[in-house]
Amino acid sequence: MANKIRVATTSLAGCFGCHMSFLDIDERMLQLVEHVEFDRSPITDIEHCTNCDIGLIEGGVCNSENVHVLREFRKNCKILVAVGACAINGGLPAMRNFIPLEECLNEAYLDGIGVENPQIPSDPELPLLLDKVRPIHEVVKIDYFLPGCPPSADVFWKFLTDLIEGREPALPYDLVHYD
Amino acid sequence: MSKSITIDGNTVPFEEGQTIMEAATAAGVYIPHLCHHLEFAPHGSCKLCNVKVNGRVCSACTFPAMEGQEVLNNTQELTDDRQKITQMLFVEGNHFCPSCEKTGNCQLQAVAYHLNMLDDHYPLFFPTRKVDASHAEVMIDHNRCIFCTLCVRASQQKDGKDVFAISGRGLKKHLIVNAQSGLLKDTDIEATDQAAHICPTGAILIKHTAYQVPIGERIYDHKQIDQVSLEKEHDQHGK
Repeated sequence: MANKIRVATTSLAGCFGCHMSFLDIDERMLQLVEHVEFDRSPITDIEHCTNCDIGLIEGGVCNSENVHVLREFRKNCKILVAVGACAINGGLPAMRNFIPLEECLNEAYLDGIGVENPQIPSDPELPLLLDKVRPIHEVVKIDYFLPGCPPSADVFWKFLTDLIEGREPALPYDLVHYD
Repeated sequence: MSKSITIDGNTVPFEEGQTIMEAATAAGVYIPHLCHHLEFAPHGSCKLCNVKVNGRVCSACTFPAMEGQEVLNNTQELTDDRQKITQMLFVEGNHFCPSCEKTGNCQLQAVAYHLNMLDDHYPLFFPTRKVDASHAEVMIDHNRCIFCTLCVRASQQKDGKDVFAISGRGLKKHLIVNAQSGLLKDTDIEATDQAAHICPTGAILIKHTAYQVPIGERIYDHKQIDQVSLEKEHDQHGK
C-alpha cells in the first residue's frame, strides 16, 4: 500500500461532469486502484489532502472557498492538473463575468420568476463570491491541462497511465477537444 | 529552369509573383494560418503563418517567394510561437467552445488542436462584447471575432458590397457594420453572401443551421486542419 500513487480530486466551480467522465473509465478503475489510492476526493469523503502525488482539479474559482481549496491542493500535491474547460478558462460559470455580480444575485434571489421570501443569502458561513470567475492557472501554478467538456474517460486513462508508467503525459489529436 | 525555394529542406518550386504561402500550398505544404484565404488579397494580421526566411521571421502569406530562399516552417520554435499567438487570440476574446455552435467546424479551434494547445497560458481578458442577432438569417457574436478581416474582404471583393469594417485600435478594435443603426439588419447582407460564410470562428453565423451536424461528426473532430486546408485549397485551385 505504501508505494501507491496518491491522487486527490475536487470540483470547484464545476458541475462534477469531469468526475463523472473520470468514472467512465469503468472496469479500468480496478486496474487503476492497483497503482493508485485516493486521498481527498468526493469518492472518499476525506476532508483535507496530505502529501499527494497528483491533484485533479475540476472547475474554475468562483468564490473564496474555491481559492482556499485550490491553494491546499497546490501545497499538498506534487503534480497539479487542471481538468476540463472550466478549470482551464472558467467555462460556463465564467459566462456570468459579463453581468455585474449584484445583478446576478438580484436576478437569482430577489427579482427572478418564482422567488419566494426574496433575500440575498448572507450567512457568514457562506463563502464570498468573487467578482469574476477565473481559471485556476491565474491563482496557482498548474503542471498539466486536460481540455474537454468533459475530457473523455480515455483522456483520464491516457494521462494517468502515462504518469504511472513514468512517461511524460501526452494527448494525441483524437483526445484533444475543447467541447 | 523553374525557380525554387526550400521549405524545411525540401525543394518547392514557385512562379514569379507568388507568396511563400501560395508556393507552399501548391506544393502540398501546410503553413498554419487564419486570416489568409487564397481567394483574397493577403492581410498578414494573424501572424500564425510566421516562417523563418533566411533566418528572419516573416509572414508567409505576404512575403514573396524569391529564388534560393531557405524557409523554415515546421520547427519546434515556430510551433511554440504559433501556440502563444493562438493562446493570445483565445484570451483576448471570449471563446467558450462547449457553448459555441461552431465547435468542431471552427478554424481557430482546429489550429489550436493542430498545435496541441492544451491551455490558455495567459490571464483571460473576459472583455464585454455584444451579440447582434437583429438580422433574420445572419448573426454576429462579437465575443468570437479575431479581426482577421476575411468578412471585410469577402464582402468587398466577392459580394460587391461593403458590409463590414474594422474600427478602433488596440483593445478597442472591433468589427462594425455598414448601417447608421450599427445593426446587421439594416445592411444589405444576405445569407448567400460569401461574407456570411467565411468566418474562421463562430463570430458570423447563419441562423437556424446550428446543430444539423452533431458534435463529434464535424470537420475537425477527426481530421486535422493541415489535411482539410490543403484539400480545400487544392479544390479551389482546380476550379
